[in-house]
Amino acid sequence: MIEVENVSFSYPNNIEALKDASLLINDGEFVAIMGQNGAGKTTLVKHFNGLLKPSKGIVRIDHVETTKTSVAALAKDSGFVFQNPDHQLFSETVEEEIAFALKNFGFEKDIIEKRITWSLNLLGLSQYRKTSPFLLSGGERKRVALASVLAWNPKTLILDEPTIGQDHRQKENLRQFIIQMQTQKKTVVIVTHDVEFVAECNPRVLLMKDGTIVADGEGKEILTNPELLNQSSIVLPQIAKIFHSLSSYGLPKNVIDLYEAKNILLKVLEERK
Amino acid sequence: MSIIEIENLTYTYPGGKKPSIDDISLKVNKGEFVLITGPSGCGKTTLCRCFNGLIPNFYQGELKGEITVKGLKTSSKQTYELAKYVGLVFQNPENQLFALSIEKDVAFGLENLGVNRKDIRKRVDWALKQVGIYDLRERSPHEVSGGQQQRVAIASVLAMRPELIVLDEPTSFLDPLSAEKIFKVIHELNTKLGITVVLVEHRLDLTARYSDRIIIMDKGKICQDGKPRKILISEETRLLGVGIPKATLLYHMLTKDGCNLDNSIPLSSEELASFLKESLETHD
Amino acid sequence: MSVFDGLKFRKVYSPIHNLDPRMKFVYVCVVFVVAILFNQLLVLLALFLMPIPFVLVAGVQKEWLRSLRGAAFLATFIFIVNIASNYFTSGYVLAIIDVESAIAMTLRFVVLVASFSVFFLTTSPDHLGLALEQIHIPYEFAFAFTTAVRFVPVLAEEAQTIMDAQKARGLELEKGGFLKRIRNYIPILIPLIVSAIRRSLELAEAMESRAWGATKNRTNLYELRLHRGDFILLAISLLVLTVAIYLRLYVSVPMISQIMF
Repeated sequence: MIEVENVSFSYPNNIEALKDASLLINDGEFVAIMGQNGAGKTTLVKHFNGLLKPSKGIVRIDHVETTKTSVAALAKDSGFVFQNPDHQLFSETVEEEIAFALKNFGFEKDIIEKRITWSLNLLGLSQYRKTSPFLLSGGERKRVALASVLAWNPKTLILDEPTIGQDHRQKENLRQFIIQMQTQKKTVVIVTHDVEFVAECNPRVLLMKDGTIVADGEGKEILTNPELLNQSSIVLPQIAKIFHSLSSYGLPKNVIDLYEAKNILLKVLEERK
Repeated sequence: MSIIEIENLTYTYPGGKKPSIDDISLKVNKGEFVLITGPSGCGKTTLCRCFNGLIPNFYQGELKGEITVKGLKTSSKQTYELAKYVGLVFQNPENQLFALSIEKDVAFGLENLGVNRKDIRKRVDWALKQVGIYDLRERSPHEVSGGQQQRVAIASVLAMRPELIVLDEPTSFLDPLSAEKIFKVIHELNTKLGITVVLVEHRLDLTARYSDRIIIMDKGKICQDGKPRKILISEETRLLGVGIPKATLLYHMLTKDGCNLDNSIPLSSEELASFLKESLETHD
Repeated sequence: MSVFDGLKFRKVYSPIHNLDPRMKFVYVCVVFVVAILFNQLLVLLALFLMPIPFVLVAGVQKEWLRSLRGAAFLATFIFIVNIASNYFTSGYVLAIIDVESAIAMTLRFVVLVASFSVFFLTTSPDHLGLALEQIHIPYEFAFAFTTAVRFVPVLAEEAQTIMDAQKARGLELEKGGFLKRIRNYIPILIPLIVSAIRRSLELAEAMESRAWGATKNRTNLYELRLHRGDFILLAISLLVLTVAIYLRLYVSVPMISQIMF
């Protein structure tokens, strides 16, 4: 459980990146934190594993205040995958890359071995076990970075901009992966401005602007509210756009799913015949 | 008249096992807006590098076949000679801007070409106005937003008055609103200034409407090439797993289930919405 | 957004910022030479006061004081060494004149820091690059200089991100003995180097695409021109130098302690 109570955070240059933010994320939830660049999304999630400590307010992870423990201890429960895999890959082989965190957290040798096999399998990287991560493609490097965090089986997965530079199929694979994590009761937090991806996943959405949380609720409601999205420089998802233009014909506004859209339209068009 | 002519081009990077471009032939006409898409690693970026001679001048490796841009064979010309005709805009705005002020960055190419100061000033101001960032000219590129940075990058090639601009996923680091604005700028360059545009993109929902033609690449080959409406509705395209606009998909699903929307295939949400409005009104 | 904002040069306009960097450099060199020529506190005190009007006009008091504070440690060190050596060499007595000469030596160092920091605080890297070009230093060097200035904050920010990414994977930098601690930095250094190489390749590509090296006679959007202020500064510099040389040769400047006691 992640509890954020009236948290403010200022960088050393006195820029207040987070202003009185409060939220609660329960175990097993799937949350997308959205907003413009510089809205404070990354600053907020860096509080979830203690990389940043609040200037004001309290952050508790499973009832433990982050100021009273170390990043290493918090990181074991909250796995953080950074946007750019090149900011973390450094080992000679994929296998060693994944072992890095496991060794840091003091796992036994045979468990490390098992975890490597398990996480590589899960992300379809088994054939690259002995390959240098630097020889892999961008999408593959991104998956290695993900596997290296997944390997210690953290309770919470935090993914910073996971869809940047990813093609359609890779995004779909990522979505499937998140669904799989959900069935394993993991908490998943993604930081993103990719509206289409969020619309397809339909998680709980937190909308941020200038360091404050301006909306918190169901994706279906927030992503179909143009006034709200506009002030955070986010556009309506494609499906929502269609339904907004058609609202004067008595169609619902809060539709973001392709199949739901199809069914509603089929029904309406049938009736009109 | 074609501005790009490629004949049986095959290219392998140094140390590469497989060719990144595999026997491609392609002609692009003057004034066309061509959209290239395809899964990661399909050879899109490599193809972009061929258009202004970065391949084979900057990247060695094995090149077979022939590319002519504006009648010049790229293999026998230096990249700086081609820079006057072809402008390349890259994915990461941060790594293509290196000056300490925006106007200085836009002037960079012209300075390299030895254009005199008065003309540089004129062309820099013109280019900045075209992309709508004239007011930011004295700021440092580092201080402005990603969307603005990418406009600086576009202005900096535009200042050299190229006939062809090639953009390699220019919005992949940007939020959707900034991306939309960038595509509008590119669209204007094409329609107002008549510049030929080759745009590599995944976001077809925002770009298909502006394009005259879509090319889909996979594994170093061109596998689809034609009018956007035809390409995006085809079975093959759907199987390739590219990001087809939701409007097009929805239209396809509706017609498959027996809805008769006798219109042309929509490329954007706006288009589909207006088609649907028509059907809803006529049936009233 | 980060700790490293201090590294960025802030664009400000003031009569001092607008002065030609070449002239400012001449002035700083004159101060440097005069400071070396004299070891009398009186002169050094005057030299120390000289940059103050510049600082005030340019409005960089805060930054200037910060750089002086930065020099405080070294200044204290110089003072102690001087006092100590005077004390020991003069047979374990400390005359007022010795204290004064120690202060003078310290002040000489402070003068150098004070005037050089005015120069760097009021000269944009852009201007400096331009000055380098116009005194016919090859363009490649001037370009390397401005690009380095441009990318230092970017790399610093990147180092911070990499550190965060590895800490998130359980890396504890302060753990272990001396050697272990050095080894702890490998997971940070390698991504930093790899990413710097990747970045430089992308930069090179972008430069090539914008006609880098097309002609030997490269032109420039900006041109440094000497204005009235620059000539005034040059005149001041020459005047100071002449007076200083005259004083050094024909007048013996007294120590303050000699006047007072």
